[in-house]
Amino acid sequence: MITKRIIPCLDVRNGQVVKGMNFVGLREIASPVELAKQYSESGADELVFYDITASSDGRDLFTDVLAETARNVFIPLTVGGGIRTLADFDRVLKCGADKVSVNSGAIADPSLIGRAAKVYGDQCVVLSVDVKRVDGVYRVFAKGGREDTGLDALEWIKRGVSEGAGEIVLNSIDTDGVKKGFDLEMLRAVSEIVSVPVIASGGAGCIEDFIRLFKTLPKVDAGLAASIFHFGEVRIAELKKEMKRNAIPARIVKE
Amino acid sequence: MTVIVDYGVGNLFSLRSSFGAIGEEAVVTSDSAEIEKAERIILPGVGAFADAMEKLRASGLDASLRRAAEKGTPILGICLGMQLLFEKSYEYGEHEGLGFIEGEVRPIPVDGLKLPHMGWNALAFGEKKHPLFRYLQEGDYVYFVHSYAAVGCDPSVIARTEYGGAVTAAVAKRNVLGCQFHPEKSGALGLRILKAFCEIKEGEL
Repeated sequence: MITKRIIPCLDVRNGQVVKGMNFVGLREIASPVELAKQYSESGADELVFYDITASSDGRDLFTDVLAETARNVFIPLTVGGGIRTLADFDRVLKCGADKVSVNSGAIADPSLIGRAAKVYGDQCVVLSVDVKRVDGVYRVFAKGGREDTGLDALEWIKRGVSEGAGEIVLNSIDTDGVKKGFDLEMLRAVSEIVSVPVIASGGAGCIEDFIRLFKTLPKVDAGLAASIFHFGEVRIAELKKEMKRNAIPARIVKE
Repeated sequence: MTVIVDYGVGNLFSLRSSFGAIGEEAVVTSDSAEIEKAERIILPGVGAFADAMEKLRASGLDASLRRAAEKGTPILGICLGMQLLFEKSYEYGEHEGLGFIEGEVRPIPVDGLKLPHMGWNALAFGEKKHPLFRYLQEGDYVYFVHSYAAVGCDPSVIARTEYGGAVTAAVAKRNVLGCQFHPEKSGALGLRILKAFCEIKEGEL
């Protein structure tokens, strides 16, 4: 039985992991390599690295950090942030990424998904979508959640999958940073229309939020979070034990 | 020394790093002489079967691998690299493989489950545990990413996993071994599989 995955997300700027609230108020907190190692040892099933730097210096620093992590951590790594071209795919894959997540870059040029899937395989292309309710419909936001694209989220996700996205990360802007649980309503809507794995993101505040997610929505494959892991509010080893106790398939790492 | 075959398919960064992590010397090469005199060989691979076989043939590495296999060099195929060891694959058509192990590669019959089979799944070893898994226990989890799987290879199966039915997770025929999952992405346990592979003596196979 395949397990439900727990995925810590590391937002990296200037070589450090940062975490904001509702996409603003960034602050630096830790070494990505050290965090990645700790997470891997405590049972994280996968890691996501988001490059949130804008400058080319920051970009070089990011790939250094990624390569250093990939040399030391042997679980799947997904990389996102600023991915706009096949050359960007190539750059991060050469530094040890296993999957590449596209967001604004795919909105600007949807053919990026299919072109990348053709070269690297569907399993390599993750479509990350930031979604917010606007006038009662799910709307796609770009540029780190700052810009309403006007796109209907369900239509966009369907299109992304048909272009070749092998996985969806659904980040609810409405619940992000609020720590009152994942956006189950939005996740249900998405998981019912796609046949590829769906990763829930945005809103987890405690272990119970993950349990509720997997019990309510068995079609959701993974839960992603950042600060609650970084600050130790949720410990992955404990979360995994609690999942197992609730009969949710989980991979327990012996420490 | 371990030789990792580079034939232009897939990402060798993690594989190379994982040998570093277990303190085993490994060299990435596309040189047939180096492959034929290797102590042991890793055949990696990500992507499409036909494309990978084409690249092996075009570079003549298929023949080098065959000579290495025939003289008893331990070979470990990983993911697509394992699938290439079989006689045939039905991924986008019908394609001939290296034919080192009897069996063929077909789509996983998932019956409503998602494809690819992507994530951590448990290994079952059957009656006798192969030396490749000497550091693992029944039910340990490893990381899979694949939509096709080997079938018709029962005598060679050394581990299975469960995804809408039994799925071939690892195979061995004397010195030719294969893992459908990614040991280099399966955490500490995955590294122990690579370590066990490096420790295998010819007489054990």
